[in-house]
Amino acid sequence: MYAAAPATGAAQPESHPPPLRGFQAAGDVRSGQLQLSSVCTRCSPLMRGVSRRHAMSPGTHPPACPATPSPVMTCSMDSVSRGAVQEGARPGPEVGLRMPRALRGGQAEPGPRCGALRQRESRVPAEGQSRCPDSAPALAALGDVGGGWAALGFVTVLGFASRFYRLPQPPHVCWDETHFGKMGSYYINRTFFFDVHPPLGKMLIGLAGYLSGYDGTFPFQKPGDRYEQHNYIGMRGFCAFLGSCLVPFVYLTVLELSKSLPAALLSAFILIFDTGCITLSQYILLDPILMFFIMAAVLSMVKYNSCADRPFSLPWWFWLSLTGVNLAGAMGVKFVGLFVVILVGLNTISDLWDLLGDLSLSLIMFGKHLLARVLCLILLPLSLYMALFAVHFAILNKSGPGDGFYSSAFQSRLIGNNLHNVSIPEHLAYGSVITMKNLRMAGGYLHSHWHLYPEGVGARQQQVTAYLHKDLNNLWIIKKYDSNTDHLDPSCTVEFVRHGDIIRLEHKETSRNLHSHQHEAPLTRKHFQVTGYGINGTGDSNDFWRIEVVGRKSGKLIKVLRSQIRLTHVATGCLLGSSGKTLPKWGWEQVEVTCTPYLKENPSSLWNIEDHINPKLPNISLDVLKPSFTEILLESHMVMIRGNSGLKPKENEVTSKPWHWPINYQGLRFSGINETDYRVYLLGNPVVWWLNLVTIGVYFLMTTSTAVAMKRGVQQMTEHRELFQVLLQGGGQIMLGWLLHYLPFFMMGRVLYFHHYFPAMLFSSMLTGITWDTLLKFCTGHLLSSTMAWKVYTCGVLTLVLLIVYSFYLFHPLSYGMVGPMASDPNSPMAGLRWLESWEF
Amino acid sequence: MSHPPPRAGKEGGLPAQAPAGQVQRRAPLCPAPCGRPGPAQSWPRGQRRAGRRMPVLGALKRPVLLRAEINVSLVALAVAAVASRLWGLAGPRAVVFDEVYYGQFVSLYVKRIFFVDDSGPPLGHALLALGGYLGGFDGNFLWNRIGAEYTMNVPVWSLRLLPAVAGALCVPLAYQILVELRFSHCAALGAALLILLENSLITQSRLMLLESILIFFILLAVLSYLKFCNSQKRSPFSATWWFWLLLTGVACSCAVGVKYMGLFTYVLLLVIAGIHFWHLIGDQALSKVSVLCHLLARGLALVVIPVAMYLSFFYLHLTLLYRSGPHDQIMTSAFQASLEGGLARITQGQPLEIAYGSQITLRNVLGKPMPCWLHSHKNTYPIRYENGRGSSHQQQVTCYPFKDVNNWWIVKDPGTQQLVVSNPPRPIRHGHIVQLVHGITTRYLNTHDVAAPLSPHAQEVSCYIDYNISMPAQNLWRVEIVNRESDADVWKTILSEVRFVHVNTSAMLKLSGVALPDWGYRQLEVVGEKLSKGYHQSMLWNVEEHRYGKSQEQKEREVELHSPTQIDISKNLSFMAKFTELQWKILTLKNEDTEHKYSSSPLAWITMDTNIVYWLHPASGAQIHLIGNMLIWTSANAATLAYLCLFLWYLLRRRRRICDVPEDVWWAWVFAGGLCVGGWAANYLPFFLMEKTLFLYHYLPALTFQILLIPVVLQHLNDHFCRSQLSKHMFQALIVAWFSSVYLTYRTFSPLTYGEPPLSPAELRALRWKESWDILIRKH
Repeated sequence: MYAAAPATGAAQPESHPPPLRGFQAAGDVRSGQLQLSSVCTRCSPLMRGVSRRHAMSPGTHPPACPATPSPVMTCSMDSVSRGAVQEGARPGPEVGLRMPRALRGGQAEPGPRCGALRQRESRVPAEGQSRCPDSAPALAALGDVGGGWAALGFVTVLGFASRFYRLPQPPHVCWDETHFGKMGSYYINRTFFFDVHPPLGKMLIGLAGYLSGYDGTFPFQKPGDRYEQHNYIGMRGFCAFLGSCLVPFVYLTVLELSKSLPAALLSAFILIFDTGCITLSQYILLDPILMFFIMAAVLSMVKYNSCADRPFSLPWWFWLSLTGVNLAGAMGVKFVGLFVVILVGLNTISDLWDLLGDLSLSLIMFGKHLLARVLCLILLPLSLYMALFAVHFAILNKSGPGDGFYSSAFQSRLIGNNLHNVSIPEHLAYGSVITMKNLRMAGGYLHSHWHLYPEGVGARQQQVTAYLHKDLNNLWIIKKYDSNTDHLDPSCTVEFVRHGDIIRLEHKETSRNLHSHQHEAPLTRKHFQVTGYGINGTGDSNDFWRIEVVGRKSGKLIKVLRSQIRLTHVATGCLLGSSGKTLPKWGWEQVEVTCTPYLKENPSSLWNIEDHINPKLPNISLDVLKPSFTEILLESHMVMIRGNSGLKPKENEVTSKPWHWPINYQGLRFSGINETDYRVYLLGNPVVWWLNLVTIGVYFLMTTSTAVAMKRGVQQMTEHRELFQVLLQGGGQIMLGWLLHYLPFFMMGRVLYFHHYFPAMLFSSMLTGITWDTLLKFCTGHLLSSTMAWKVYTCGVLTLVLLIVYSFYLFHPLSYGMVGPMASDPNSPMAGLRWLESWEF
Repeated sequence: MSHPPPRAGKEGGLPAQAPAGQVQRRAPLCPAPCGRPGPAQSWPRGQRRAGRRMPVLGALKRPVLLRAEINVSLVALAVAAVASRLWGLAGPRAVVFDEVYYGQFVSLYVKRIFFVDDSGPPLGHALLALGGYLGGFDGNFLWNRIGAEYTMNVPVWSLRLLPAVAGALCVPLAYQILVELRFSHCAALGAALLILLENSLITQSRLMLLESILIFFILLAVLSYLKFCNSQKRSPFSATWWFWLLLTGVACSCAVGVKYMGLFTYVLLLVIAGIHFWHLIGDQALSKVSVLCHLLARGLALVVIPVAMYLSFFYLHLTLLYRSGPHDQIMTSAFQASLEGGLARITQGQPLEIAYGSQITLRNVLGKPMPCWLHSHKNTYPIRYENGRGSSHQQQVTCYPFKDVNNWWIVKDPGTQQLVVSNPPRPIRHGHIVQLVHGITTRYLNTHDVAAPLSPHAQEVSCYIDYNISMPAQNLWRVEIVNRESDADVWKTILSEVRFVHVNTSAMLKLSGVALPDWGYRQLEVVGEKLSKGYHQSMLWNVEEHRYGKSQEQKEREVELHSPTQIDISKNLSFMAKFTELQWKILTLKNEDTEHKYSSSPLAWITMDTNIVYWLHPASGAQIHLIGNMLIWTSANAATLAYLCLFLWYLLRRRRRICDVPEDVWWAWVFAGGLCVGGWAANYLPFFLMEKTLFLYHYLPALTFQILLIPVVLQHLNDHFCRSQLSKHMFQALIVAWFSSVYLTYRTFSPLTYGEPPLSPAELRALRWKESWDILIRKH
């Protein structure tokens, strides 16, 4: 703070006069406005019309009578009025500016009619900004000069200091470090794993670990495990570095949007001194990486917006493509990055819409603009995103714990998997011994064993289940439905199984046939039971199944691994499927297999053939079956999405609800439970968070009243109009960001955690800076003389900053660790600070 | 001003515009949304003013005329609609598809038995029940199977009448909507005809189902909003203006009251009203006061009244259904006690305040996975679980879903050995510390630092047995009343929701919801939750049965526990409390097994890739299907696509200042499209976010909006794309041909719509236009 103060003081004298002038100029306008409103409140409609005409510049049409004569005229009139606007706007005097506004009011807001409106609004402030030193308040001018840089340096240093302070503490695994640290190790060890998030974040963690000398040997088994000699600082430091970058990003974004140094400082301070952001940045987590990319994308979007007057210049290209790169980064860390993609997308659409309405721009130029955006914001991120996955697949080439989630074809890529480099016959023939894998995620192999279904569970025949591990009991022999000949006998000719054939599946170990009948299945009552039946392959007609390949015509051969197979029970017409439910102990907790009468195409009733043994057929290498990059890309996305939607909260489990988050209702325990532990508790600085919460309400109030006032055609001072421009446009973008990063969580069915709110919290903090700055300026400007106004304004900003710093002083043990009695104990230093009962520190 | 002032005849509504079909488009109408002062505003207003200035006697200068104009085509349409929906309504005399579902509620309604249906609010059921009531249904029919023959006491015709009439009324409503959107008579006629000939709408109307009622209210809401909007330009705050505005609100609330799907249309109308009001704000001709009045009027009609109506549906529901019934169990004890019979019979006359020595049963408030009571029995936890972990080997404490003598507990003061209520009773307040003694085994409820059997992160709860195994008794519990008003509140029977906090470990008594294995008789596990993550209903318990214990001796006490409770106090819940609970239950209740043979994904609806077999004649091939008129569905999709393309094209060109169509036509185009495409999208897209089982009939409201778009697009194409007279004629001929094929398609599928006449297998096979359709063919 002290570093900024002298700069402020220095700049003050020279830029002091302009606001004075501004206020004077505003004075007459205000008197005009006063007169207008005093008349308005009581007079008749007739009188009002007169008074308004009086208040407006002469020659404007009275607004009550729209009288658009003919449609064609409207159009041309629009263009005329637009011309007037541009002419009026360019010289910039106040009268010229106000005239078209009144005119527009007179037309009763054609809305999006012929977009000159937006166009005008977006261009005017840009011009105003370029001239801002002579009209904006003193502090704003600082944004352009060296003071801005000093402030930037100051907040950056503070940001880094706050994030790196006591970084190695506690020297044990905290909370989700157990996942992400482990995944980082997987990258170093190049073993394949499964996670619901895209790979970039974990890849970066792995890279950071690798570069800082971590060897990937620490098991990260559970929170609380000590790191001992393992080097974990590199990974934590990397995350803390990215987390610290948020501070300058926020500072620059707010500065760019509001052109006001105090607003930017306020936002930066909020972020620096928020205990939640500090805690979340200090550990090996995906969140700092995600937030880094989100904020970087927003910053570069804002920067490139402000380059809009110099299209196709070097900085323009730079910021535009940087936006694209950051979008790819955000999406590559977590799917939550999608929200910032939407934010940028909406911004781009409105941008293009403005360009399209600019008639001075030829269509060819517009096409160039469009192409540039398609290139930088769609193609570039997309290719980067795919490259990310390419790297991911290239690095992780060894079999690991994630294999089971993927299809057989996918597994064949992994070194060490039993499907890797195996050569088996390609087409299915009668007499082949096979294993069948269910296509649902973690579906298991079709399995049977000597045990019978217990009494009372359907017919007392041999169990058929789905089993996740490879086992001899997974082997089945394909036979013709009507003959029991041994096809492996050398005298027989090889006969391939074709799509649509009726077959019989004999369990190799027990020689029973796969069988179904109209008894209800053990768990899914609406389905039929599947059993093993018959002796030595002799059964009845309930053993017949029609084998079909999805999306194929009859008579085609069936391919190992690649064909998706459906087995229809001939007698009842049901489909063999796995319900995904776990059987009780009598079924050895394997997965239930049923025959479903609902003929739906879904992965649980589809199978593929994995192992295939047939000595009479030539083996071919599985390499030719290797899936292409697009296929594995698609598959891994399907698996991730299904994994995400599979994360459902259990009944009777207390979960975090989205409405808890903005009110800072409940935190997350990062480390330690008991009094003697080193406890870290993820909780936002309550003062900051509640300030943010209040601000959202204030912002809505301010924008609504302003928008209504503008719609009603109330005259405003230039200065206020500029303030409201910042509020509506800059603040609007940020508000949109907050909504996009918060509201979708209400619709999500998956388990939610407190830390999901932090991206939205960043937007909320920026909004706080902008809103309070505007509010203070507006209030002081309205009420007091200019010198007083200046003082009150400064005091207001300072009070807010001091409040934030002081509350941080109170709550800092939350992030930097506490030892000793719990806060519920009166002896604890945190005793008085447990303001909500739901906080557990 | 040669235009005749609107007179009585006009209240009939329709006719004044209908003949003016051709003239209308030429006239400088303002199809723009209300509030936007269009050119149209000037003349009616002036005219009205002129009328007003006439002296009072002026009215007598003219003869009082009553002119009635009847729009014959509209009447004909309505008659045809009624005929198409009501023809052979009583057949088949068997339960068809979801009638089996709604029928049981009709029966319960007629018998005044309380039920909870998670599929929607009560108005729909009440309306169906009204049909049963009018037909003299006594509620005695077992709704258990689709296809079951109705017995003679079921008034099939009157049960199906209301949905059928509602479905028939949709036809004139569609006509009126197009007229109010300022489209020509021909377009309106076309819309009505399309609704008339849509097979799926007919099928759905002719059965005891709710969709047709829902669609009726939706269309009524849209129509009244349009009427309101148009009268806004002529005469705000007039009687008609108020009438239509209020009707909008009422129709919206009825739509929501029938099915929650109605919410989509309600929100759509709110958004449109919001936009219109926004333009009204910008209208400088209106004073601030009148803008405020407009806002208040809209707030009253579109928010306050619907909310009040919605509450009144529940009031009706709860007043009518006062007997206890099959769904009692899912409601809280307090709610159950307010119903006649059931729990009320048991709890009638219990003492209200729990005192030291009270004998109580404790019910878990959450009621999931099933309602249950805190329970213990002689059996102990196994020494070792299957996974090798050890237990305390003390007496099991579970949650048991049935009433049982082992559910009784005695509240004991830790300070004394008394197990009876003193005289006068000492009531227990928030924060008091108690011991809970199991009535039959006289052991103390206890928890300690041993992992619970199935939720190892939590503590085991047991009834303490001293096995000399160095495990001290930890049986003190603090009573925390969660819904207290002050900290001095007394613990009350049924009403208080209580948390038991273990004094030594601060763990809370919680139902984990997991069923124990065989050693625990599959009862539900109860644990001590250490990490109390705030408030959750699974940690709350309330006293259901309660009596003051009198017997000191264990034997006597056992007898006492077995005997029913006596004394008499009535407990009535307020309506709002009942409403909140019921509403919450409706929203959160979930059926477990949701798979259904005819469920489908929303994506399959647009192209109608699926159908639903509603009913099959037990012997012949006669069958009823929910299957649409393929031609109409395809055309509706084409119209939507055409609309969107044209809209985008115009929009982009207008941005470049190229106006292809006149201004007023453009705004009419935007408004009609906003309503129809918006209605379609609002009623369709949300289904992609839903996780419940979905059926083709969920698409019907969206389809109705989409159908309304067809004539809009056709008229636009005719007016603005057919330049020459010749091309216009050609286009119109095409439309006529298309209409005839729509009719043919309707005819072709009508056997499946009406279930009559029975078709031969060959004919049925011919009807299978799509591979994915499921049409049943008997093999003989």
